Amino acid sequence: MTHTTKRIIMNNIVMTLSTISAVIGMGFLFWILGILVINGVDALTWTIFSQEGAPPGYENSGLKHALIGQLLIVGAATVVGVPLGILAGTYLSEYGQKAKLAETIRDISDIMMSAPSIVIGAFVYAVVVAPMGHFSGWAGSIALTIIMLPIILRTTDDMLNLVPSTLREAAFALGAPKYKVIIQVVYRGAKAGILTGILLGVARVAGETAPLLFTSFNDNFLNTDMNEPMASLTVTMYNYATSPYEDWQKLGWAAAFILSMFILTLNILGKLFLLKKKGR
Amino acid sequence: MATIINIKEESVLDVKDFQFTYAGNDAPSVNKTTMPIAKNSITALIGPSGCGKTTLLRCFNRMHDLYPDNRYDGEILFKGRNILQAKEDLINLRIQIGMIFQKPTAFPMSIFDNIAYGMRLQGMKNKTELQDRVEKALKDAAIWKEVKDRLKADANGLSGGQQQRLCIARAIAVEPEVLLFDEPTSALDPISTAGIEELVVELKDRVSIIIVTHNMQQAARVSDYTGFMYLGDLIELGKTEDMFVTPKEKLTEEYITGKFG
Repeated sequence: MTHTTKRIIMNNIVMTLSTISAVIGMGFLFWILGILVINGVDALTWTIFSQEGAPPGYENSGLKHALIGQLLIVGAATVVGVPLGILAGTYLSEYGQKAKLAETIRDISDIMMSAPSIVIGAFVYAVVVAPMGHFSGWAGSIALTIIMLPIILRTTDDMLNLVPSTLREAAFALGAPKYKVIIQVVYRGAKAGILTGILLGVARVAGETAPLLFTSFNDNFLNTDMNEPMASLTVTMYNYATSPYEDWQKLGWAAAFILSMFILTLNILGKLFLLKKKGR
Repeated sequence: MATIINIKEESVLDVKDFQFTYAGNDAPSVNKTTMPIAKNSITALIGPSGCGKTTLLRCFNRMHDLYPDNRYDGEILFKGRNILQAKEDLINLRIQIGMIFQKPTAFPMSIFDNIAYGMRLQGMKNKTELQDRVEKALKDAAIWKEVKDRLKADANGLSGGQQQRLCIARAIAVEPEVLLFDEPTSALDPISTAGIEELVVELKDRVSIIIVTHNMQQAARVSDYTGFMYLGDLIELGKTEDMFVTPKEKLTEEYITGKFG
């Protein structure tokens, strides 16, 4: 056997193996999505959006309480986490430059990004839920904010760093003060990337269950008071899916479907923004 | 020692015993330099890579202040004051001494907003006045005809040469007294380069120009005075036509005849 034929055979083996692996990975993804769509669409009815939770066996039961709870908890986390994350990322990229403090913050945020979310839930339980004496929507939002913060901080930092320094210098050379350079030139240049970071950050926390089990807990009925325990799609899904009642299990599928579609949409939007940016 | 001629024009900038050191370095990158910059003329700075010509250029608008711990010594006089003083108002200084960079630096906004940027920074809000000044700046930069129908379009859609003229228009729109060009054509094709060179020569009636260039022919074509720098020293400053024909310094002669560089 010549060297060339050996190499061709080797090449074919490796290519086949890697293709099969890729197909297996994709296969699972489509399997999950397929089951989710089949069961989810089947479970979707209008009452899901118009009715609150009900004991098993009731005809008029829905997920209104969980949808609204989810929106409030994630919404509050976004409102607090996004500005904080962007400002912190701006400090790292524009003001901290090579300062020790900035480097330390970068390292810590990298560690936080890989921290198990259940640990963050336990932390918020210890410092917020236990002193308050009860679960609350706010506690859930705080946990999600902590999870979201390092994601937005790092993407903002990275995206601002991609803006060429000559662009900043050009703005300074026209007599612009630093804050105007950042707001009018640097942010504009990094807009698509920062937006992607926000979307991915929101998508990440929207799927969290573990930290919410410790913090916002659950409520089977509609509650809009963030000081009280609050339902979320993820925790509701967990409760319903593990229950022995068939109608609750159906609601669980519906919750899984709605949540997955929401997160999928955010992810696709995020990718689209980046593509648009690269296309220019 | 360096050969520095006396200029016959009034000087717009006077460099006196000036020295510049980058943060963390012991040795200065621009050594004890004294030179005048002639008013309404073009002064070219030439020399091999790393000779300090761009470093010197970026001192005139204190661009080095954007990065911490860089050090200036000596004086650069502009309108009777030393612009290296700590109390110098850098925003005001940079309005009067504009800069064009090696790569075009169109901001991620429309063509109109790019040109209006500097004027808006100075608080100009009147729409008709802005429109008039934007049009004038674009005409002066010889790019009006190409962009007049798409002022609202993204400036990043322009070609490299157009973007560089846009940057020149943006810089002259605020009516500076001095313009610093940092190898403005090194990223451009020959035709765009010729356009920019023509433009630079036209501008000298209104502004004083310092241009750093890698390209000796470019210095010979556009400038009135040429300074040759080597290893952080200004070796020779003379009238361009004399410098390229009868250089006084041996190093200058060796550089312009291509013996090193």
